[in-house]
Amino acid sequence: MIRRALEVFLFLAALTALWQLLYLVSGDVALSSPRDTAIAAMELLIAESFWRHVRETFSAFGYALFIAAGGGLALGLGLGLHRLSGAVAEPILVSLYSLPKITLYPLILLVFGLGMSAKVAFGALHGIVPVTLFCMNAVRTVNPAYLKTGRIMRVSRGAMVFTIVLPAALPEVFSGLRVCFSLTLLGVLIGEMFASQRGLGFLIMNAVGLHDVRTVMAITLLLAAFAVCANSVLLMADLRLHRRV
Amino acid sequence: MSRVTWVRLAVVAGALAALEAACRSGLISPHTLVPPSVMLATAAKLLQSGEITADLLRTLRNVLAAFVTAVAGGFFIGVVLHAAPPLRRVAYPFLASYYAIPVFALYPALIVVFGMGDLPIIVIGFLFAVVAMIINTLDGLDRIPRVLLKTARVMRMGPVATALRIKLPSAAPHLFTGTKLAVAYSFIGVIAAEFILSGAGLGYAISYAYNNFNTARMYALMLLVITLVIAVNLAFYTWEQRLLRRRNLR
Amino acid sequence: MMRIHAELQGVTRVYPATPTHSAVHALGPVDLALGRGEFFSVVGPSGCGKSTLLEVLAGLAQPTAGSITFESATIQGAVPDGVGVVFQDDASFPWLNVRENVAFGLKRARLPAAEVRERVEYALSFMGLDDFALAYPAQLSGGMRQRVCIARTLVTQPRLILLDEPFGALDQQTRLLMGDELLRVWRETGATVLLITHALDEAAMLSDRVGVMSARPGRIIEVVKTGWSRDRDSRLASDAQFGNITSRLWRVLREESLKGLGRTGTPPRKQETI
Repeated sequence: MIRRALEVFLFLAALTALWQLLYLVSGDVALSSPRDTAIAAMELLIAESFWRHVRETFSAFGYALFIAAGGGLALGLGLGLHRLSGAVAEPILVSLYSLPKITLYPLILLVFGLGMSAKVAFGALHGIVPVTLFCMNAVRTVNPAYLKTGRIMRVSRGAMVFTIVLPAALPEVFSGLRVCFSLTLLGVLIGEMFASQRGLGFLIMNAVGLHDVRTVMAITLLLAAFAVCANSVLLMADLRLHRRV
Repeated sequence: MSRVTWVRLAVVAGALAALEAACRSGLISPHTLVPPSVMLATAAKLLQSGEITADLLRTLRNVLAAFVTAVAGGFFIGVVLHAAPPLRRVAYPFLASYYAIPVFALYPALIVVFGMGDLPIIVIGFLFAVVAMIINTLDGLDRIPRVLLKTARVMRMGPVATALRIKLPSAAPHLFTGTKLAVAYSFIGVIAAEFILSGAGLGYAISYAYNNFNTARMYALMLLVITLVIAVNLAFYTWEQRLLRRRNLR
Repeated sequence: MMRIHAELQGVTRVYPATPTHSAVHALGPVDLALGRGEFFSVVGPSGCGKSTLLEVLAGLAQPTAGSITFESATIQGAVPDGVGVVFQDDASFPWLNVRENVAFGLKRARLPAAEVRERVEYALSFMGLDDFALAYPAQLSGGMRQRVCIARTLVTQPRLILLDEPFGALDQQTRLLMGDELLRVWRETGATVLLITHALDEAAMLSDRVGVMSARPGRIIEVVKTGWSRDRDSRLASDAQFGNITSRLWRVLREESLKGLGRTGTPPRKQETI
């Protein structure tokens, strides 16, 4: 445990050193130093206005995550259980996954208008496909021996979904949700970057416009810290689930 | 062609036809969406007149540059991380949460470091794609069956021969998956960077048309980008499926 | 005169042609009568349709022709009450601990909680799993996991137990001991047992009768009576009769196995692709 903490510390120290080096090479206009950025981040964290933007971003993120995860699970389950639909849908889903969804942003804006619903829609659009794909594949590849066991125990088809298919697919589904988490956050932030007057994405874009490198990097640092922490927790749960198998 | 392919074609064609009908009947306002047939006609005109050829080539060139560097760099970093487990253990949460971080935020810094022009865009495409390649390289190297490595030792192969004739072919399907994702992410990174921040390329052309309320042109460009990306990705996807089937991995 | 418990009459199974494969005649016609409380084993060359035979009898697969009766009722593509199956693949649920795995079938049957507990505890101790009740399958060895699957079948108190190469993935010693366990289950429950196996010694040691199947399409071409007493165990392996039975089974089976190998003109897919 202590060794692990030491490793993380050394890695972070190395990253900071690299950053400092880049700063020394490229100068003030391009980057702000690690120290300056940390100070800027602290300033943001104690400012009331910053937290308004945080709340805005995270309520959009919450809605988007709910839609993406719930919708993706339902869709993936359905497509996984119905073989033909799954086979028909898979390349279509893969295409959607690899699409630069940013090109669809004007369409989202035209449909939803500026504001919260557009951000939520854009976040959900990013997150829903990976959950669907992971869930579909997990359901499809459930060990047939489990299903036969269910039939021998005369479990009904509906009950089979909840007592066997979903628990068996859970580790993979959770991996999908982990990817969904990251991409939904990215979607919401990109949405805010150029179609919102509030939220962290807007703050970044605003600072970019003002050539305020310090603020840009401070917000990015805070976001990165949040994403890494949240993902570490999810990753730990993920590994635990996979170890069961 | 198989039944599944026919059903898939029917589904896509049906969706397009429904969209066309909805637009033509006025169910969807022409300010929101133009009919797919109009998109197609406008796109054909744009291609014929040659007015977007420069943007198209520029985007393709940037994507190609980002893709090649990401595959090479990602493979290299993956091999290094695989050889150093402690480093990998620490770096992994960062790799896993990487895609939640908006790398576009670094664009201004990249401009200062790399100058105006295409280089910062290529760097963003690279940054998007490289991590997918790293993760899949690690995955492929992890899954080399131990017995194959033992076989190599029994045959008294040296480290280089083992790497080239055992490890690389054994990990190939995963490396290919990484390559496939790198293509997709290079496109996403490059087009997004053009869209948000740059002054040239297909992404910029779309955002320019949007800001000038030129809806027909915008949708034609969107259709062009989407078709291009889907065609490239599906080619890689089909190739990958064939590879996996041959290995009985699917 | 033996009382018939389950019976197959003229059962065949043909997998219909698909665009990529021609039709496969996998099984039959098979005629087989299992006596109540009998231990019957089926041996046969690989790919002869042994597992298909079991799936048809369990109601997991439909026969193409013929009829199957269990306790005087016809089985038609649905699993009848009173049948338990143990598969070769490890079918213990990795998301449930051992106790939950064993209780799984009973929970579905809506039995009173007290009875569920009692039956589960009995099955756990019968299979020697008391100390592992809270462990997850991933923490257990292959032999222990197969015990979990047997216990899970046991608690439902099946009158006909079907086993599809249940010890195929285990080492020889574990396999012999698991055979003893199986004999104990058989004696204790009075159930009829049908064991599919590729191990001749296993079949010779455990069974009242052993049916030998032909190469595909599998038919039962010979039935060997062992004449063991009901309270036998793996120490039979040193009995002179054991060797006689095993060699008699091999004489019949050797012929069929050779046919089975010779028939496959093209090597199986796995080999050509690596």
